[in-house]
Amino acid sequence: MRYLPLLWAGLFRKKTRTILTLLSIVVAFALFGLLQAVEVAFESGADTADAKRLLTTARYSIIEPLPMAYRRRIEQVPGVVGVAFADWFGAKYQNESNAFPVFAVDPARYLDMYPEFTIPREQREAFVKTRTGAVAGKRLVDRYGWQIGQKLPISSEIHPKTDGSMSWEFDLVGIIDADDPAVRGNTDVVLINVAYFDEARQSGRGKTGWYIVRIADSSQARAISAGIDGLFMNSPDETKTQPEKEFALGFAKQIGDIGALVTRILLAVFFTILILTGNTMAQSIRERIPELAILKTLGFSDGKVTALVLAEAVLLLVLGGAVGMGAAVAAMPALNGSTGGRFPPLFVGLDTWLLAAGIAAAVALVIGLPPALRANRLKIVDALSGH
Amino acid sequence: MTVLVEIRGVTKVYHRGRERIEVLHGIDLDIPSGDFVALMGPSGSGKTTLLNLIGGLDTPTGGSIVVQGRRIDQLSGGDLAAWRAVHVGFVFQFYNLLPALSAQRNVELPLLLTDLSGAERRRRARIALTLVGLEDRARHRPRELSGGQEQRVAIARAIVSDPTLLVCDEPTGDLDRATAHEVLRLLQMLNREHGKTVVMVTHDPKAAEYARRRVHLDKGVMTAEPVSS
Repeated sequence: MRYLPLLWAGLFRKKTRTILTLLSIVVAFALFGLLQAVEVAFESGADTADAKRLLTTARYSIIEPLPMAYRRRIEQVPGVVGVAFADWFGAKYQNESNAFPVFAVDPARYLDMYPEFTIPREQREAFVKTRTGAVAGKRLVDRYGWQIGQKLPISSEIHPKTDGSMSWEFDLVGIIDADDPAVRGNTDVVLINVAYFDEARQSGRGKTGWYIVRIADSSQARAISAGIDGLFMNSPDETKTQPEKEFALGFAKQIGDIGALVTRILLAVFFTILILTGNTMAQSIRERIPELAILKTLGFSDGKVTALVLAEAVLLLVLGGAVGMGAAVAAMPALNGSTGGRFPPLFVGLDTWLLAAGIAAAVALVIGLPPALRANRLKIVDALSGH
Repeated sequence: MTVLVEIRGVTKVYHRGRERIEVLHGIDLDIPSGDFVALMGPSGSGKTTLLNLIGGLDTPTGGSIVVQGRRIDQLSGGDLAAWRAVHVGFVFQFYNLLPALSAQRNVELPLLLTDLSGAERRRRARIALTLVGLEDRARHRPRELSGGQEQRVAIARAIVSDPTLLVCDEPTGDLDRATAHEVLRLLQMLNREHGKTVVMVTHDPKAAEYARRRVHLDKGVMTAEPVSS
C-alpha cells in the first residue's frame, strides 16, 4: 500500500493517454463480461443438468409427440426410478412480444424431477390439486406483476381448445424459484396441469412432448437409454433417449457454437488490448527512464524497480478490468428486461469474475514484463547522463 | 577528525565499442567526517565519475573505496542500493524530482524503503521541508516551483533519511547567482550545523568558496593546483 501513491502518480503522469488506455481496457472487459454471460446462459442448461436425468424425445424430431402411455413402460426399465413428461404449449401473453415457455406437466411428478426448483409446500399442493392450476417462475411473476390467486389468460399458438378458441385461462397457484442463479433461468416458465390441458384441447390427446427420466446410477445412463429406446424400436413412435446435458448441449448447438464464437471474439479483443496497452506501457516507461534511475539512486533495488513497473501494469489492468466487469454487471438488469423472458437470464457469475482476474493478470504480465526487464537492467549512471 | 571516505588507487575504465577510455587513473583521496569538499576540474576531468563512485552509483575498475569502514566497491548491486538508501543523499544539477509527485511525496521517497509508518514518513518529510524553508510548498508539484525551490526540495529529499554523506553534482549549475547562493548556504548550514559531510562537484570557483576544501582533478588524476579549463 505504501507504494500506491507512487504507482498512481506514475500511471496518471499522462492523464489523457492513461484514461484512453483505461477506457479501451474497460470496453474489453465489459465485452468479456457480457459475452461470457451470453455463453453461460446458452450453456446453463448443460451446466445445471443433472447426470441422473435422461431426456426421451421422438427419435427424429423433438416436435413429434410421444404417447403418454409410454410412461408406465419406461418405469419398468431397470435402473429407472422416476418418470415425468412435459408438453410444449406455445404461449403468448397479452401480445406477440410477451412469449415464454409453458409446459403441460403432471405437477407432482414434474416437480419431483427437479428438486433444484423451490416452491412452498402449500403452493405445490395447490398445484397438484387444482386442475386449472398453474405455477410460474418468480422472474416472470415479477416482470408481469402477477399475484397468486389471479387468472392467467394465455394464448396458445399450437393448441386450440375444444371450442376452437386459442385463448386459455389458468389459475396462478404458486411461484417457483431457485437458489442457484444458473438454475433460475430454467424457472422462466409457466407449468400447467396436464390433466386439464389434455382434456380441454381439441387434438393430440394422450400425447406428450418429451419424457424426463430419473435413473439411480449415472454411470448406467447409456445402457438405460438404449434400454428405453429398445422398448419402442420399430413402433410408430420410436424414441431417442440421452443424458440431459447432452440434450441441452445439442439444443444450444442448433443455434450455433456460441462458445467458439465468444472465444474468437474475445481473443481478437484481448489481442488488440495487448498490443495497445503494451505499446502505451512501453512508451510510458521509456519516457520515465531518468525517473526510474532516480529511484535506483535513492536506494530502490533493481528488483524493487522491476516490481514497481510490473505493479503499474497490474494496477492498470485491475482498474480497467474491475470497471469493465462492473459495467457488464450493471448492464445485466436492462439486458434481461429487454429479452422479454425469451432468453435465459444473463448474469456474471463467480467463474466469470475469476476468469477475468486471470486474464487481467496474464495481460498485465505480458505487457509489464518487457518494460520491467528494461527497468531492471537500467544502469543509473547511463540513465542519468542520458545514454 | 575521523576519515569518512577513504579512496585508494581508484581507476575507472569505460569501453565504448572497441575504444578503452580510462577516466580515472589511480586516485587516492581521504575525506574526513564533517568535511565539505569541492571537486573541481575542467569538463572530462573525471570529477562526476569520482563523485558517482563515492556515492555508490557506480563501481571502480580498480582500487578500493571505503566509506565508514565499509568496502563499498565490493558490494553487490542490491547491497549497494541498500547502502545508498541509508548512507548517502544525492543532489543533482537538474534536481531530478519526480514530476508527478508533490514536493512532500518527493521528499518521502527515500523513506518508502524504511519500516516507518505513513504518518512518521510524512512528519519527517515535513521537518526536512521546513529545514530547507519550503514547508508552505509541500503540496506543490515540481512544475509549480522555481528552480531554486526545486533544488531545495531535492536537498530535503537528500537529507530526509539523515544520511552521513551528501553527494552533490553541480547543484547550482542550473541556477542564477542569487539562488545559487541560497542553495550553497543551505549546504553549508547542513555541513556546519548538522555535521553532514558534503562532496560537491562544481566547475564554478564561486560555488567552491563555500566548501572547506577544494580538490582538483585533471584528465583523471588529482592535481595540486587548479587547471584552467
